[in-house]
Amino acid sequence: MRAVDNAVGVTIPKNARLVRNLMHGAQYQHDHVVHFYHLHALDWVDVVSATKADPAKTAALQDNVSNAPFGGTNYFKNVQQRLKTFVESGQLGPFANAYWGHPAYKLPPEANLMATAHYIEALRLQAKAARMHAIFGGKNPHPQFLVTGGVSCVGDLTAHRIAEFLYITKETQDFIKNVYIPDLLAVASFYKDWGAIGGTTNFLAYGDFPQSEKEPESLFMPRGFIDKRALSGVKPVDPTKVTEHVARSWYEGSAAKHPYQGETKPYQGDPKYDTESKDGRYSWLKAPRYDGQPCEVGPLARVLVAYGLGHKQIAPVVDMVVNKLGVNADALFSTLGRTAARGIETLVVGEAMQGWVMELVENLKSGDTKTCASYEMPNKAQGVGLNDVPRGALGHWVVVENKKIKNYQYVVPSTWNLGPRDAAGKMSPLEEALIGTPIADPKKPLEVLRTVHSFDPCIACAVHVIDPDSNEVYKIKAL
Amino acid sequence: MDKQERAFYEKLEGKGVSRRDFMKFCTFLTATMGLSSSFVPKVAEVFAQPAQRPPVIYLHFGECTGCTEAVLRSMYPWIDQLVLEILSIEYHETIMAASGHQAEEQLRAAVQKYKGKFLCVVEGAIATKFNGAYGKVAGHSFLQIAKDVCPQAAGVICIGGCSAYGNLPSAKPNPGGYKGVGEVLGIKTVNIAGCPPNPINFVGTVVNYLLLGKLPALDNLGRPLFAYGQTIHDNCARRGHFENEEFVTEFGSEEAALGYCLYKVGCRGPETYNNCGIVKFNSGTSWPVEAGHPCIGCSQPEFWDKFTPFYEEL
Repeated sequence: MRAVDNAVGVTIPKNARLVRNLMHGAQYQHDHVVHFYHLHALDWVDVVSATKADPAKTAALQDNVSNAPFGGTNYFKNVQQRLKTFVESGQLGPFANAYWGHPAYKLPPEANLMATAHYIEALRLQAKAARMHAIFGGKNPHPQFLVTGGVSCVGDLTAHRIAEFLYITKETQDFIKNVYIPDLLAVASFYKDWGAIGGTTNFLAYGDFPQSEKEPESLFMPRGFIDKRALSGVKPVDPTKVTEHVARSWYEGSAAKHPYQGETKPYQGDPKYDTESKDGRYSWLKAPRYDGQPCEVGPLARVLVAYGLGHKQIAPVVDMVVNKLGVNADALFSTLGRTAARGIETLVVGEAMQGWVMELVENLKSGDTKTCASYEMPNKAQGVGLNDVPRGALGHWVVVENKKIKNYQYVVPSTWNLGPRDAAGKMSPLEEALIGTPIADPKKPLEVLRTVHSFDPCIACAVHVIDPDSNEVYKIKAL
Repeated sequence: MDKQERAFYEKLEGKGVSRRDFMKFCTFLTATMGLSSSFVPKVAEVFAQPAQRPPVIYLHFGECTGCTEAVLRSMYPWIDQLVLEILSIEYHETIMAASGHQAEEQLRAAVQKYKGKFLCVVEGAIATKFNGAYGKVAGHSFLQIAKDVCPQAAGVICIGGCSAYGNLPSAKPNPGGYKGVGEVLGIKTVNIAGCPPNPINFVGTVVNYLLLGKLPALDNLGRPLFAYGQTIHDNCARRGHFENEEFVTEFGSEEAALGYCLYKVGCRGPETYNNCGIVKFNSGTSWPVEAGHPCIGCSQPEFWDKFTPFYEEL
């Protein structure tokens, strides 16, 4: 939508900017909670061990580390009973055949029970949090409210709708403050060695949440490029330096192209996954590069860019986390840092959202009810939309000709993080991050999952990490 | 339609039965026949710890996981109740803790153990060109997995337009030859259409199976009639404006602020069967038309090809 706004040259009204920011912020609050508890926690938390915990000690542990509004011995007794009934049924469902009891699990049973209870709490919380999207977007997932020039939800900019949104964002933020962040710190304190595992080199953030029409100057989460971990020298981003490589991908051609000139012509046939093949193509993902360099995108990139720029809200939270864990700032360049950064930005964006709600109310109160600006579709134009969505930098590029789309390319976070090698053989951030991962049992590579999941990958369509027939190769990589 | 088929329908027509009537009859038959209920717990047990929770194998093919996300938003029963107390989700790539070889082992074991007794839920379309090469899990094509798993199930529920009809992956130019599950396998599936569907319709279908031992009655596109029996337009809160010819012609206009009918900015409500305006999404919070956005017709087959450009009048 931003790419089309940009192509037609429309400036969206203030209400539209605020509503888009609120919807986007709600996505951060929702997605990051789901990622931490439901897509990543079980890499660190042993659910089966939770059945052996002492509920009273678990209650004491929770009181000690968090301000959760639920808890107590009976609460944990009930959760544990629920788990025991489930395990004893012999039908382990989604918990079947996992790595329970793996030596890399370090939490005591009480911490496992606490985290498992919060896994369940978070399941319900996320369903409530998603209602924020439904308020202005009609539904979640796939809200429908974005139109070129603004937003369509004019009928929802009423006091009662806005109040409903405010109280859901507050409730979600209470959970983030009192449960998510304390859990993050408590679990991380058992896994500090992961502050030296899984790091990468370059970081790119497009930034997001414009506070005025001026971009990138007014972005709440700032835009920037970090070259070789140089936090003190965050550079401005030049979108013309973005290219996509297809030399190792199952697409026609081999030249790296800027998205305005980009093509997506998939290989017609059975490509067969085969790293030994002559042309060396092995993935459906393209390999995005910035100024020729692979870059990590996502929460860690955003937080590092903000931290490097001395961001007023982000910097103190980063310092708090680093201090509480008793690690130095270098530990941010790691799997632990990536997972911590996700929590840090959720906390900060969630806090800011309440201010944006008030700004929206003030603006409506002042008599500005505009939600969408008019535009003329030009015969010929091009536009770019740079977003920083929960998973990372997301760019859309559109070329318009005869008032129609002539070319549309998007470069998504997971191809930045997990794409194949480029023409020069440079590795993706994930591949770099996995080198040197200690593996206790090559048949149960739990440690690999931790780093893979820490990127919040969205690549069900293109996973090729382990060659099932060559454990040898895999073992060598693991050293 | 081949010659033989045409001759058959002509014969029927001679007896005063239209092709449409015949299809309706077939649908009715399939829907009321019921499916294997041997693993369905007794009614009283369904929501109170059944001795054996009904097994579900949930497959992901060419999709975006939006339907899974939608199911996670279920309230009453909540998703944790569905997973821990009501169903036994034997395989589900997104929520299962196992991965890699362990996950695939779990799939094979579950299919074997519950042969003929599990409910198979499919999210996503199946690539059919190049022997299914465009979509694989663990080295096996979606096509092969579907052939191996779906026929072993007590019933197949397609969640979302992709598994039901092909939807986005099958939209033009469709380089992978993506199609819906029923079409690829030549089987009847229950189709919970939508992009994504309202989880209330998915859960309603599952509950129907659990409590009544059969899947609900379906329309000729495999959609449960309790949810997809009427058009969006039939039950739209803005219908009065349509009748009065009060239309929005531009977003951000005075007419938009007045909540006028969205037909002229592309609403597909008149051609779309779904209950969005009645049950609404996210526990009755809202639905697209309430958010001032035209219906894009996401519960109709081939809506990406047939209903675009979305913002132009039907």
